[in-house]
Amino acid sequence: MWAFINKLRSPKWFYAISAKLQPLFWVAATLLLGVGTVWGLAFAPEDYQQGNSFRIIYVHVPAAFLAQSIFVSMAVSGLVFMVWKIKVADMAATVMAPLGAAMTFVALFSGAVWGVPTWGTWWMWDARLTSMLILLFLYLGVIALRGAFSSRDSGSRAASVLAMVGVINIPIIKYSVDWWYTLHQPATFTITGRAAMTMDMWAPLLMMVVGFYCFFIALTLTRTRSEILRREANKRWVRELAEEAN
Amino acid sequence: MQRSHAQLSTSAVAMHAPQGGLLVAIKATLKRDLTLMLRRRGEVLNPLVFFALVITLFPIGISPDPELLSAIAPGLLWVAALLAALLSLDSLFRSDYDDGSLEQLLLAPQPLAALGLAKVSVHWLLTGLPLALMAPLLGIMLSLPAGSYAVLAISLALGTASLSLIGAIGAALTVGLARGGVLLSLLVLPLYIPVLIFGAGAVQAAIFGEGIAAHLAILGALLALALMLAPWAIAASLRISING
Amino acid sequence: MSLCLQARQLACERDDRWLFEGLDLDIQSGEIVRIEGPNGSGKTTLLKILSGQLTDYRGELYWNGEPMRQTREHFLANLLYLGHAPGVKAGLSPLENLAWYQALSGEEGSESAREAALAGVGLSGFEDIPAGQLSAGQQRRVALARLTLTQRALWVLDEPFTAIDRQGVAALEAQLVAHAQSGGCVIVTTHHALTESPVLRRIQLG
Repeated sequence: MWAFINKLRSPKWFYAISAKLQPLFWVAATLLLGVGTVWGLAFAPEDYQQGNSFRIIYVHVPAAFLAQSIFVSMAVSGLVFMVWKIKVADMAATVMAPLGAAMTFVALFSGAVWGVPTWGTWWMWDARLTSMLILLFLYLGVIALRGAFSSRDSGSRAASVLAMVGVINIPIIKYSVDWWYTLHQPATFTITGRAAMTMDMWAPLLMMVVGFYCFFIALTLTRTRSEILRREANKRWVRELAEEAN
Repeated sequence: MQRSHAQLSTSAVAMHAPQGGLLVAIKATLKRDLTLMLRRRGEVLNPLVFFALVITLFPIGISPDPELLSAIAPGLLWVAALLAALLSLDSLFRSDYDDGSLEQLLLAPQPLAALGLAKVSVHWLLTGLPLALMAPLLGIMLSLPAGSYAVLAISLALGTASLSLIGAIGAALTVGLARGGVLLSLLVLPLYIPVLIFGAGAVQAAIFGEGIAAHLAILGALLALALMLAPWAIAASLRISING
Repeated sequence: MSLCLQARQLACERDDRWLFEGLDLDIQSGEIVRIEGPNGSGKTTLLKILSGQLTDYRGELYWNGEPMRQTREHFLANLLYLGHAPGVKAGLSPLENLAWYQALSGEEGSESAREAALAGVGLSGFEDIPAGQLSAGQQRRVALARLTLTQRALWVLDEPFTAIDRQGVAALEAQLVAHAQSGGCVIVTTHHALTESPVLRRIQLG
């Protein structure tokens, strides 16, 4: 455990190891997303109530999962950065935030698109969509706070604290929004509460979810690598790397 | 062990073991912040005036129809009080940061979380509590149905305590930034939503004649959670901010 | 046993730039240590590290032989730090300001001791005036009154002579020397010459 943490302290080590890992995840993501998309959109059966419009879940559900997971991993990275002072963790948290915000936006947008045939409107204060909207604001807060500091180190630490505070609040927000929604109950359909799905609806969804996660890991690795190069540009090993490339 | 440092000291300047005195420090901090706030009455009154003003805007912007107003009154009062409490947050640590006393607070041989909590208590005492006491008055102006006035005040008093604690985290994170005010709202408002839901929900429940105990219990639970966790986050955030 | 503050291989990195690296310090009772260096060389940062405000450094700090992280409370109980800003609340009188600082260290203190300390820095007659109405130099003196009011062995002073008039400068310098001679220790940054100090040690940064 300690040996591993000490290795993580070195961005150079992470740069080397991630070079081996990232192609794996890119290939897996491409395959899963490719097969999942075709299967989900073309071959999975129609929903007996919602028809073809239910197929938006193949984007919406994985994006929503990811939006929440990324926030958690961002907070965990922040904790690792604060406790063990591991810079790579902060670099990962830095690149995760916009990705998480983008996923939240995708989830919100796909939810709105799904709302048009189902509710007849682009926006309903559905419990899940409302929670997603609040999550988007939390992401924007973390990104804005990080950017507001002139010293990057302080910005990183502040963003880490806010991410941790946010992650404690996410379940509370989710629970209270669900409670608020059941109290008012404006719509009959909710985006997740639909009839039981058959196996051939499930399988592509599972593929898409795993594919989205692989995509997230792959993209985080790639972007963390470029963040390492950017921040360590003055270090000798990066300069040597650049000379080799030339 | 530490005592022996002092006894063995051959010099005139003796070394001290930490002498505790946390209660003395907390009491003095409460007194200091109360004195400072009461000498600048405007800062205490501004959120209250803001609260009244925002409530005045709604009948003008929507409709003076008492029925309509009474339907949306619980939410309006809660949202306006929440914004008024938010307004005063930016100054919570700002002047201490500017004049250097925040550094001294951090270097006191006392737990920073406890001293931070003392400052937040004063903030609640001079913003949250007055807002809660004033809300029923504005409720009358929005034709808030009878029977919900006490619940309004109690839910606000409980809820604004959580708001002060959560908001202080945001204030501590942004105190080192030159223009942290708008950013502070962006950070803090999403975190306020659970308190708003159960606070406004309590008033709604009272109007519909439903049980309010559950709502108030949850507000209390949120406050307990905030009391446990927020002081540590405030302390950590202050330490970050002081390094700019 | 007297006080001793040690740094081993102290290094501080700010946004990928090393302010200083491999700094070894041994600061003992009876010393006045002046940190020198051009602007931006990390003087204030070093003082903040040595006064326990900044924990984001490499290397180790030892207070009386124990690692700082373990003995922080004991260290803070013996430290008096005065920063760039005097830390004097404009809305409070000098007496009230001092009362808060005394209480922060855990003691009530007495009004007469505070009055004596204010008289010592030449502020008798100003005890009850809001500090905001005092001049910058007078506000600095309110902060300096803490040097006599609270008995602390280690003084860490960041530009303490700012805004102080010539007589005040001489008196303060004499006070620093007296503190060192009676077994205390002073770490200071200043542009002032410190001509009267027989025990001055210099540490050059940058």
